[in-house]
Amino acid sequence: MSTTKRWSISVFTEDTVGMLNRITIVFTRRHINIESITASMSEVPGIYRYTIVITASEDQIQKVVGQLDKLVEVVKAFYHPDEQVVYQELALFKIRMTPETNQKLENLVRDHGARLLAVDPEYVVLELTGHERHINDLVKDLKGLDLLEFSRSGSVAVTKPMPTLTELMENN
Amino acid sequence: MEKNRSMTGAEIVMKCLIEEQVETIFGYPGGAIMPIYDALYDVQDAIKHILVRHEQGAIHAAQGYARVSGRTGVVFATSGPGATNLITGLADAQIDSTPVVCITGQVASHLLGTDAFQETDVMGISMPVTKWNVQVTRAEDIAPAIAKAFYIARSGRPGPVLVDITKDAQFGLAPFAYEPCQEIRSYRPKPTLDVSKLQEAAALINAAKKPYLLVGQGVLLSGAGNALQAFVDKTDIPVASTLMGLGAFPADHPNYVGYLGMHGNYAPNVLTNECDVLLAVGMRFDDRVTGDVSRYAKQAKVIHIDIDAAELNKIVKTTVAVHADAKEALEVLVDFVTPRKHPEWLEEFHQLTRIEQQEVVDQALYPEDAELRMAEVVNRLAEMDLERKDLVVVTDVGQHQMVCSRYFHYKNPRTNVTSGGLGTMGFALPAAIGASLGAPDKTVVAVIGDGGFQMTLQELGTIMQYKLKVKILILNNQFLGMVRQWQQLFFDRRYSFTEMMNPNFVQLVSAYGIKGTTVKERDELCSEMGSWLSSADAELLECIVKQEDNVFPMVETGASVAEIRLS
Repeated sequence: MSTTKRWSISVFTEDTVGMLNRITIVFTRRHINIESITASMSEVPGIYRYTIVITASEDQIQKVVGQLDKLVEVVKAFYHPDEQVVYQELALFKIRMTPETNQKLENLVRDHGARLLAVDPEYVVLELTGHERHINDLVKDLKGLDLLEFSRSGSVAVTKPMPTLTELMENN
Repeated sequence: MEKNRSMTGAEIVMKCLIEEQVETIFGYPGGAIMPIYDALYDVQDAIKHILVRHEQGAIHAAQGYARVSGRTGVVFATSGPGATNLITGLADAQIDSTPVVCITGQVASHLLGTDAFQETDVMGISMPVTKWNVQVTRAEDIAPAIAKAFYIARSGRPGPVLVDITKDAQFGLAPFAYEPCQEIRSYRPKPTLDVSKLQEAAALINAAKKPYLLVGQGVLLSGAGNALQAFVDKTDIPVASTLMGLGAFPADHPNYVGYLGMHGNYAPNVLTNECDVLLAVGMRFDDRVTGDVSRYAKQAKVIHIDIDAAELNKIVKTTVAVHADAKEALEVLVDFVTPRKHPEWLEEFHQLTRIEQQEVVDQALYPEDAELRMAEVVNRLAEMDLERKDLVVVTDVGQHQMVCSRYFHYKNPRTNVTSGGLGTMGFALPAAIGASLGAPDKTVVAVIGDGGFQMTLQELGTIMQYKLKVKILILNNQFLGMVRQWQQLFFDRRYSFTEMMNPNFVQLVSAYGIKGTTVKERDELCSEMGSWLSSADAELLECIVKQEDNVFPMVETGASVAEIRLS
């Protein structure tokens, strides 16, 4: 069994109904769990970019990306190991305000480089952008506080070594 | 081209099909596709519609039509159950790379997602089993969608496409102008030939002492037959075929060494693990071909030519992967290879073929007891084709299918129609209907087991209604023979639900006005088969064959191709 590692897959697609379904079918069929997925417009108008993080062997990832690339509405699909991408996640934390919360929060915001997004007499909302481990660290340190809501994005990534999409579309 | 006259979406569908030169549609009407059927009523002179008896029959017929003619098969079905009945055929066409365009009716767009009558999520259901699918909710989007559908279905590695059209889009008005689709920016069906890869491949082939060529359906789909022959004549390379590739290279050519895979010939399987260069063209190393992949051609340098990049290095790691159309690649490759002769290497194949002849073929063709064998029936059919040269053999799935692959000796492209990758029982009868319409100058024979015949026999009604000359050959062993064979070999003869009580097939077809004959005796076979084939109408020949007949050779699951057993 070959060793597995974390990969970021970038999939550039046409903006059509059902595209997300077409993409996830490729993973589901092979019994591969998607760890995170984000979608947004790319730098090329009308082209969407999906960033998908999975843990798999290189052999598996090659086949998956081959199948993604084969989809009619996929312009191009790539895979990169973690070290070849610059990536960030964003997390939001809604915390109940109590008399003792105040001081703790100040330290947390400073130590973790988080931002206070909203302040209400009853709650505050913190934002942290960073790698998965930075967010996990903050989650740990929030223990003891009353965390009302927690939401985090998937990985948003750009790759280090890759020609631009426009170049690829022209050379294809 | 007509421009800008407003017409209904349903009329636009017809206009598009006429623009795409569609002559035949297989379909079944229903509520959500009624506007389209109403428009079809007006163009019956231009488009022939075949009313099948079940939507699965429609898509298998379209597949048979496409496979023999090289054209795109077209299907109409209604929403809900009409569309879900297509799924098996879509999956079959997807895995066997058959160009089919299915047009399904859908409930009106305001009802989508409301669990309306005969509404189902056809898009979601068909997505994994289509090359592409699209839902159209406005009349003006119909023509571009259909243009795209045909382009995608037939280009690159062909496949099935589904266009789901809501009822309001069929009724809606839009100006019509047909622009055939020539390009989609996200879709590159035609790979650019990398000549340097072919030079690398040629260097390996030129240096090889034991080169070996495997051909698949890609050769047929790209029309590479002549290029292949020229390449083989120059290199003297032995050629074996996959199930889907049968007919791509003539079985009577001196370099043809046989049929690959689980029930393939002895020599081509065994010597896969002896060759030094394995050149695979337009095939995908299905597990039924490779046996245990970890022990498949490990000694060989592998060159793989395929139009689908996702197939390269998917199953077998290649030394040289060539992403190309089979015909284009072979036409260039032939100039890079040096003429060679490989008499000793070919003799290795012939030696093993002689062993197979003695230990398997002679016993299957000339048994000592009175019971008919499937092989002798198929062999007789092959002998008849030597004189007639006009047979297209459509097979179902199971023992009879493997027997046809082994004993029919296909010589011409597009004479073999079968359900390969999916293994769909019930495929043959409707596929033969399509084949008879797609190849009207041929005689189409549907070879079917008694089990598979009963899965889609309702299509006898279609044969009756359109007076189609489909020759039905049932090899009746009163068992689901292939499963029974496995039960015998691997499950201690515990015949769990494989024995069938069958109806009187001759009486059954006679209810459809089709003549039928049953043959039990060897000495009747010749004359009965002769008159069965030569009559002008559809006709059934039922052969009662030995019940516990087995197909050998056989590569057991988990075994290597070199471990193929002869008995």
